[in-house]
Amino acid sequence: MSEDLLRIEGLRTVFRTHGGEVTAVDGVDLSVPRGRTLGIVGESGCGKSVLSLSVMRLVAHPGRIAAGRVLLEGRDLVGLSSAEMRQVRGSQVAMIFQEPMTSLNPVHTVGFQITEAMRAHDPRASAAELRERAIEALNRVRIPSPDRRFDEYPHQLSGGMRQRVMIAMALACRPKLLIADEPTTALDVTVQAQILDLLRDLQAETGMSIILITHDLGVVAEMADEVAVMYAGRVVERAEAGAIFGDPMHPYTLGLLGSVPRLDEERETLLAIDGSVPPPFALPKGCRFHPRCPFAAAECKSDQPPLREVVSGHSAACLRAPVEAFAA
Amino acid sequence: MSETLLEVTGLAKHYPVRKGLIVAKQVGTVRAVDGVSFSVNRGETLALVGESGCGKSTTARLVLRLIEPSAGSIRFEGVDVTRITGAAQRAMRRRMQIVFQDPYASLNPRLTVAETIAEPMLVHGIGDAAARRKRVEELLTVVGLRAFHAQRYPHEFSGGQRQRIGIARALSVQPDLVVCDEPVSALDVSIQAQVVNLLKDLQRRFGLAYLFIAHDLAVVKHVADRVAVMYLGQIVEIGDKRSLFASPRHPYTRALLSAIPHPDPERRGQVKPLGGDLPSPLNPPPGCRFHTRCPFAQDRCRSEAPSLRRLGPGHDAACHFAEALPPAGLDFTGGLSENAAKRLALYAKARAA
Repeated sequence: MSEDLLRIEGLRTVFRTHGGEVTAVDGVDLSVPRGRTLGIVGESGCGKSVLSLSVMRLVAHPGRIAAGRVLLEGRDLVGLSSAEMRQVRGSQVAMIFQEPMTSLNPVHTVGFQITEAMRAHDPRASAAELRERAIEALNRVRIPSPDRRFDEYPHQLSGGMRQRVMIAMALACRPKLLIADEPTTALDVTVQAQILDLLRDLQAETGMSIILITHDLGVVAEMADEVAVMYAGRVVERAEAGAIFGDPMHPYTLGLLGSVPRLDEERETLLAIDGSVPPPFALPKGCRFHPRCPFAAAECKSDQPPLREVVSGHSAACLRAPVEAFAA
Repeated sequence: MSETLLEVTGLAKHYPVRKGLIVAKQVGTVRAVDGVSFSVNRGETLALVGESGCGKSTTARLVLRLIEPSAGSIRFEGVDVTRITGAAQRAMRRRMQIVFQDPYASLNPRLTVAETIAEPMLVHGIGDAAARRKRVEELLTVVGLRAFHAQRYPHEFSGGQRQRIGIARALSVQPDLVVCDEPVSALDVSIQAQVVNLLKDLQRRFGLAYLFIAHDLAVVKHVADRVAVMYLGQIVEIGDKRSLFASPRHPYTRALLSAIPHPDPERRGQVKPLGGDLPSPLNPPPGCRFHTRCPFAQDRCRSEAPSLRRLGPGHDAACHFAEALPPAGLDFTGGLSENAAKRLALYAKARAA
């Protein structure tokens, strides 16, 4: 049960720019157990999308993986050739993106796009067979009258339907790991609820693992078994979902929790986090969160805090966690 | 305090759908907004909420007369703004401003921040160059930016900062009403909180009224005084925030509220998704427009359109069976654990220090 499907070790992804190399993901260690969901949370620019693209080996030039390993069932994806990696994508690891409007090709039918990946992985399959499998895939994501939808174009579908098509495409070859990068951010809340429900059902059916990338703590609470909070390219807190919400350790996690307007309370002002995420070419010394942290002390400005286990199974990269131990 | 600033009655916007290459024949009508009535008092916030395509942004643009209504009236301090033209219209426009959703697309990349903020004053002929420069500096401080930002260009700012520039531009001509069209939807949650706090602070300082368009009910609960829920071009429920959130009377409002995921893993799986998609506004269902997705729909709902009726003090809903609905069963309490609450309090204290 505790066997990990994916292990990321010391992953560092850099981008070459005119001003030298900038590090978007800086020494990330994570693991995704089989059949479970890892939620990755953080603001835009914290490196969560680059992390997921690194797992897929889709980081485009001038970016590259500078160090670390991505072990899928013990096999290091970082060292694979492009041809080997193409076999992994789709059949072992698949990805869905935020924008169901732009992730589909508008000039091809839904059916053509679903069968495209199937054809790549199984060139000998006949057209009729592919069609049947695609319709089954559409059926699996609960699209009504899938045989009609097969011949339709993306513009004929609503946003929620398009995201279902994306999920059908991603799951067409039964991957072991699904990376969902902000899958519901562009959708209305009622449609979001449908899609989350669907992902949960599909996970129960297929036993796949999910990496869910989002900035919405509500979605994380709804879906994730384990949570990693990222800030400026690093994991700053990591624990089971219940512990992240019930016993938040890192001041950044606290700031995120305080920023969310809640339906269960009346507050005059929200507890915002002051300032914004530093760009990767201007990272502060010491703890990267210290300029925005209300608890920052002198040592936070000079020492980079390691990710340490504060209580069993719950780590935080903060010298002053838990905060009440230092408040006086 | 409860002086009516804006009064909208029977507002509608219908777009004809034409087909044919040489002789274009009208084959249908998109009823984007179909008979909407509401009012906004001075200094208060009315939120318009609903899914995409429900007509909330069209309503906002109609109020500002950025598009012409097909029917209905919009009275601003008693004057019907759909009938005025020329100088009178321009004078009216000074008093109603808008903040857009996308802080990246709504600022001209070729204008400096100072030029952007001063432009409305220029258009309305307010002050001379020196006075405008002084006002720009003042506004930058008001929205939490610095005076030296004035000479920079939009690309040098983050999303949250750009939204502050957009807010400063709207405030430059001292409006009475600001239409906020999803002002925080494109922002990260921590930045969203900063901008929401700023908007509330500005409202207190300048007595602004907001027409706040949003789809996030949690944000709306925090910002609004009153809430109007729209579905397919019509208001299905409108009421005081407290009473609407405590006892939503329309099944659609309930569905929206129960679809929000709670930031609390203990309550996982309580989200009940609403089935189906929004029907096309080209061909809205007969009777109650929500009946195709409503779990309580009966025969009457399929044939007879319900009208908004009073169900409590300042609380109206358009549902035949509002009284007969089972309890909403919405429970938002108990979200924060003891540890989280304790540390958040410390966070608040340290931040204020």
